[in-house]
Amino acid sequence: MAKNDVKVLGAWPSPYVMRPRIALNIKSVNYDFLEETFGSKSELLLQSNPVHKKVPVLIHGDKPICESMIIVEYIDEVWTSGPSILPSDPYDRAIQRFWAAYVDEKFFAAMKGLRSAQGEERKAFLDQVTEGLALLEEAFGKCSKGKAFFGGDRIGLLDIAFGSFLGWLKVTEKVNGVKLLDEAKTPGLVKWAERFCADAAVKSVMPETEKLLEVSKVLAAKMKGAPPPKN
Amino acid sequence: MASSAMVTANQLIIMAELKLFRTWSSCFCLRVVWALDLKGIQYDTIFEDLSNKSSLLLQYNPIYKKVPVLVHNGKPLLESLVILEYIDEIWKQTPLLPEDPSERATARFWAKFGDDKVLPSIWNAFIKQGKDQEEAIVTAQENLGCVERQLTGKKFFNGETIGLVDLAFGWLANLLSVFEEVCGVTLIDHEKFPLLLEWIQNFADAPIIKESWPPRDKLITRYQAFHEVHTSKEAPK
Repeated sequence: MAKNDVKVLGAWPSPYVMRPRIALNIKSVNYDFLEETFGSKSELLLQSNPVHKKVPVLIHGDKPICESMIIVEYIDEVWTSGPSILPSDPYDRAIQRFWAAYVDEKFFAAMKGLRSAQGEERKAFLDQVTEGLALLEEAFGKCSKGKAFFGGDRIGLLDIAFGSFLGWLKVTEKVNGVKLLDEAKTPGLVKWAERFCADAAVKSVMPETEKLLEVSKVLAAKMKGAPPPKN
Repeated sequence: MASSAMVTANQLIIMAELKLFRTWSSCFCLRVVWALDLKGIQYDTIFEDLSNKSSLLLQYNPIYKKVPVLVHNGKPLLESLVILEYIDEIWKQTPLLPEDPSERATARFWAKFGDDKVLPSIWNAFIKQGKDQEEAIVTAQENLGCVERQLTGKKFFNGETIGLVDLAFGWLANLLSVFEEVCGVTLIDHEKFPLLLEWIQNFADAPIIKESWPPRDKLITRYQAFHEVHTSKEAPK
């Protein structure tokens, strides 16, 4: 396979799209980033992800790979000469996969809820997010074993899964006027977040918070103008 | 569970401390039972009553408080698909995932699709009524259509032998007909889903798999109760 025969279909604000890009950067793999136009889906996207019609999609040669964390594991399995993204011990791998699934299923749902909630509902979602961060702080302590990242000395699967949400976490803080990552309550995560965002594999793909804020305002306006949801 | 698989002395030591917390009916727990049984691994089973969870379960799974939990040498593993990958990595016989990375990615994709889309859409078709149910059935059948196409030219999702995706979809092979009987709706028919129906037959009859099905009459009773609770709650829209 030619080295540059790798493409990522995506959109720069998406945390899910960041994930394969970080993984490819870790492995020093050159790739073409094919940006989808906001509000429409390209033919290539519809062809390569007919089931979900969503980004990210990794196209390696002629093979499309879909679902961000599945793509990250694929990248780790194909490019074995670069640093490993998953740990070698099966139990540690299971722990990383468990928490990555938690981030996507529980934590993201709470964050999404907080962004669109009003009044009383907001408090409930805020509690859920705070609880989630407390759990992740504890997980960080156990997984990192005193080192810089969930993956140890280097960024690993769970760093990528959770770290990709940091931009939107900062937007949520600004929009809601709350501090979610807090030196008092989540000191480990505060320092980890700084290290993650400063890492060479992440820096070039982590969007600036100000730019994400603008996107957030556009999305919020769109939602207000949209017809009421079915249920 | 006894099996005729050859085991080394090392494997006997690893097996010694293996416990599965499960319920009699959970399809997620069945995945783990099948994986362990297919690989010929010995383990202890602890049956949980979810209305009265044991303190051990709550200790091992404080976040979700759910089954299955697999405890290996005192260390808990949670979430059925995560557990299956762990089992496959520790015990290499009868592999559940193929070796090729893109085939592995495809298998993981369909297992996730099953849990994220197929199961919830079928559950919706089961608990809703009237127009909502009609719409839910359309969605469920669209999802099942994607799954049907994956079986083209194959006996199992994994090819000639049972693999991760087959275990992930295992619930289709027994629960689907229970749902259909309880709510009186046919979700899959021979015309639209011939491959899926054939897969259901092959999977349900496969050795090891068929030894662990929960009793059908108990499942009917259980899901009849769910159906009553849900359909009395749901106001017709």
